Amino acid sequence: MSEHFTERDYLYWLCQLPPLGAITIQTLLDRFGSCETIYYMEGSRLKEEKLLNRPAAACFDDMKSKLPETTREYRGLEERGIRFITYMDEEYPERLKHIYGKPVGLYVKGRLPDDSRPSAAIIGARAASSYGLQMARMLGASLSRAGIQIVSGMALGIDGAGHEGALMENGDTYAVLGSGVDVCYPRTHLNMYLEIPDRGGVISEFPLGSEALKAHFPMRNRLISGLADVIIVAEARERSGSLITAELALEQGREVMAVPGMVTSELSRGCNHLIRQGAGIVTSPDDILEYFQIKHEKMLRLPKKNENALAKKEKIVYSCLDLQPKFFDQVVEESGLPLGECMTILLELELKGYVMQPTGHYYVKKI
Amino acid sequence: MFSKVCGIGLLGVEGCLVHVEADVQEGLPGFVMVGALAPEVREAQDRVRTALKNAGFRFPPKKVTVNLSPADVHKSGTGFDLPIAAAVLGAHGALDWEQLEDSVLIGELGLDGVVKPVRGILPMVIEAKNCGKKVCYLPEENVREGQMIPGLKIVGVGQVRDLIEKVNGRNRSGDGEDVCGEKAGTCSDDTYMPVEADRAGEKADRAGEKADLPQAAAFPYISRDVYDIDYRDVQGQGLMKRATEVAVAGRHNLLYIGPAGTGKTMIAERIPTIMPSCTMEEMLEISKIYSICGMLPREQPFMTRRPFRSPHHSATAQALTGGGKTPEPGEMSLASGGVLFLDELPEFSKNAIELLRQPLESHKIVLSRVSGRYEFPADFMLVAAANPCPCGHFPDRNRCHCSEEQIRRYLGKISKPILDRIDICTEAAPVEFSDLRGRREEESSGQIRQRVERVREIQKERFAGRQIRFNSQMTGEDIRRFCGLSKKEEEFFRDVYQRKGMSARAYSKILKVARTIADLDGAEQIGHAHLCEAIGYRSLEEKYWQSSGSEVTRRE
Repeated sequence: MSEHFTERDYLYWLCQLPPLGAITIQTLLDRFGSCETIYYMEGSRLKEEKLLNRPAAACFDDMKSKLPETTREYRGLEERGIRFITYMDEEYPERLKHIYGKPVGLYVKGRLPDDSRPSAAIIGARAASSYGLQMARMLGASLSRAGIQIVSGMALGIDGAGHEGALMENGDTYAVLGSGVDVCYPRTHLNMYLEIPDRGGVISEFPLGSEALKAHFPMRNRLISGLADVIIVAEARERSGSLITAELALEQGREVMAVPGMVTSELSRGCNHLIRQGAGIVTSPDDILEYFQIKHEKMLRLPKKNENALAKKEKIVYSCLDLQPKFFDQVVEESGLPLGECMTILLELELKGYVMQPTGHYYVKKI
Repeated sequence: MFSKVCGIGLLGVEGCLVHVEADVQEGLPGFVMVGALAPEVREAQDRVRTALKNAGFRFPPKKVTVNLSPADVHKSGTGFDLPIAAAVLGAHGALDWEQLEDSVLIGELGLDGVVKPVRGILPMVIEAKNCGKKVCYLPEENVREGQMIPGLKIVGVGQVRDLIEKVNGRNRSGDGEDVCGEKAGTCSDDTYMPVEADRAGEKADRAGEKADLPQAAAFPYISRDVYDIDYRDVQGQGLMKRATEVAVAGRHNLLYIGPAGTGKTMIAERIPTIMPSCTMEEMLEISKIYSICGMLPREQPFMTRRPFRSPHHSATAQALTGGGKTPEPGEMSLASGGVLFLDELPEFSKNAIELLRQPLESHKIVLSRVSGRYEFPADFMLVAAANPCPCGHFPDRNRCHCSEEQIRRYLGKISKPILDRIDICTEAAPVEFSDLRGRREEESSGQIRQRVERVREIQKERFAGRQIRFNSQMTGEDIRRFCGLSKKEEEFFRDVYQRKGMSARAYSKILKVARTIADLDGAEQIGHAHLCEAIGYRSLEEKYWQSSGSEVTRRE
C-alpha cells in the first residue's frame, strides 16, 4: 500500500461510522489506546467484548474498505474551509474536555470559542413571541458589546435572534449545528450561516453532509451548553427542549439563567419554572455581567427610550404600548384618538424607531 | 301548409330571436327538425308530438318539417317546445299563426300537454321587446318574471289547448269555446276534445291575468332593496370596518387576515349593504344572470340587491368561471355587480384562482366552445379572507405552535398575481380584545353608505368620459395626474418606501388607496394622514410576502 495513514486519518475514519457515537468511540479509545489499533480489530471481536452491537459491528467491518476514501475527504477539508479539530489538538476547547460524552473530533468552519474569554449561550423556543425575540436579540447585542462570546444553535426563533444580536454588534458568535457543518439548516438562516464563520464559527460533530435528524439535536444541545459558561434561557415552554438543555448544562456544572415572562404566557412558563427552581434571573444584561464580574464602564441596563423627544399625541400613543404586541384596535381604544390619526402616529413612531410591528397590525415598544 | 312563429334562444346572457317554421306536406310520414339544434332541442319533436296527441290532436300521416332559423346559430334550451308546437299546430291549420306575428312563445312541454317553466325568461323577454314584439306567451310559472319588463303584454299559458284558445280568440271578443269549436270543425281529420272543468279554471286565470298586466309606469313590481343585515350588528373590529369602507368607496379589492371566528365573514357579507344602491340597468344586468341560472326568487323574480357570492374553497375552475358544453354563468358572473368573497383563500386550488386574473382586469369572461363564443359579465369586487397560519391562531403564541416557516409557506400559497390585484390588506382583531370591549352603539350601514356614495360621485366626475370608473382602476398616467403629493409628503413617502423596502407595485397601490381616503375626507389633495393610513393597509403584505422588506427593517 503506497499510502501512509496517520492516527488522525484513522480517527477521522472512525468518526464517519454513523452508528458510533462519541461515547462508544471514547470507550474504544480507552480500551485500545489508539485509533489505528481499533481499525485493525475485527468487528466480531468487538461484538464479543460487548463494545459494539451487531449492526454496528457489521458496519464497522463494511466501512474498513472506505479508509482511503475518508482520508481523501479529510485531507481535502482545508480547501472547503473546514477544519477537523480532534481531542489531540491544542485548539480543542478546554471547556469540552471535561464534559461527559465529549466529541473526539469537531468540524469547524471559522473558529472555536476562545477559552480565555467568557462565553454565554442564548437558547429558547423556535416559535417565540416578539417579547422573547426582542429580549434574545437585545441580550445578544449587549453581551457582545461587553466582549462575551455568544453560543447558540442557529435554529429559528430565539437561537437565531441571539446570533442576530451578536452580529449586529459585530461580536463573536458560534453556531453549533445539528447537521453536518456544510449543511445549512434551517435554510431560511442562510445569510446567518454565511456570515457567522467570519465573526466566529459554525461547529458540528456530525460527519459532512449529515442531515438535521431529530436525534442529533439533544447531542448538539450538550455541545451548546458545553461551550458556554452561562446558559441563558430567553423563552421556553414547559417540557421543552430548552429545559432539557438547561438540565444538561447543570450536569456539566454550568450556570443557568432565565429571562422571566408574564405568568399568563405559556411561552415563558418554562423560564419561570427554572427561576423557581433556583436558576439565575435575567432582568438586564447586567445580571450576566455580574456573574462574569466584568466591570463595564457604562453599566448596561435595559435601554430605555427617551420620551421627551415625542410630541404630546405621540406620547399618548406610545404610553398605550408595551412589550406584548397590542392590536391596532386596542391602541385606538386606549388612546381615544381617531383611527386615522392613530395610524399616522404609529407609523411615525415606527420610523423614529420607538415602535415596531412584529406582525400585521400589532405593535410593540422597541427596546 | 306552412306556418311561422317566433321563439327566443339564449346566447350567453343575451336573448336571440329565432323563427320557428313548420311545413306539412304529402309524402312519407315523418317529423324532421333542422337548424343547428342542441340535443335537448332535437328531443322537442318527441315531446311536442306526444304532448299534442295527449292534448287531443290527431295528426294526419304526413311529412312535417320544422326549421329553426337563423339556421347557423346554435340553439339550446328547452324553451323552444312551445313555439315548435305552435308552428306545427299552425301548419296543420289548428292555430291561427298569423295572429302571432307580433308575439313570441317560450316554454317547455310535458307529455300531457302542460307548459313547464324554463330558465332565462328575463333576457329572452328583453330581447323580445328589443325586436319590437308586443306579446309574450310564457309558461304560467314564468309570468311574474316576464312582467318585470314593462311595455310588453305577458300571457301565461298552462296547457297547449290553452294556447290555441288564447291565440285564436285574440281578435274575437267572444269566449274561447266558440273558437275551439270552429277550429275543430275546420280540421275535420283531427279529433279535438275540450274538457269543461279545465276551461273554467282557465277563465279565472285569464281574469286575474288582465289585472296583473304591466301598466305604463316603469317597473311597477319592484320594491327597493332592503337588507336584513347591517353593520350595526358587528361589534368592534374598527380597523377592519374602516378598511372595508375605504375598499368599497374606491372599489379596491380587499384581503382580510385573521384568526377564525373574528368576524371576517360577518363583515364581508355586509359589504353589499354599504355599496351604492343598484341603478335600474345594474339590476337588469344582475337579474339576467340569475334568470339564466334559474336562481331568481319566486315572490319577486328580480334582483334588487347586490349579490354576495361565497363559493366554497373546493370550488373548481369551472364553478368560478362558468362552464358546460353550452356555458352557464359561474360564481364570478353571479357576483357581478356585487361581491365575490373567497373565504380561506390559501385553500383554493391554484388553478381556479389563477382564472380570476383576467376577469379582474376586463370585468368579463369569454368562454369559447365549438358552438360559439359566450360572453358573461364579471364585474365584481373581490374580497378574500385567510387565516394567518395553518392552525389559525397566529400571532397568539400561547396557542399557535406553527413555525415561521410554516406560516410563510401557508400564506405563500396565495397566488402572487392575485395579491397584485388586491390593494388593501387588513387584519382582524383578536377575539379576546373584542370580548373585553363592552357592547356599544355601532355605526349603521346606511351612514357608511352615504359616505361611500359621495366618494363614488367624486370618482364619477373625475373619470367622466373615460374608460375607468374607480380609483382602483387608475394606471400610471392617471396616478400621476390625480394622486399628486406635496413636496414634503413626497419626501416622507420616499423615506418610508426605502426603509420598509417596498416594491414599485406597492407604491402605486398606496397612492391609489390614499386617493380614496382623501376622497372620503373630501380633500382635494392627498394629505399626510391619508398617506399614512394607506401605508398602514400595506404593512401586512410587506410583512408576509416581501422577505426583502423585513430584512431591511431587521438590519437597521
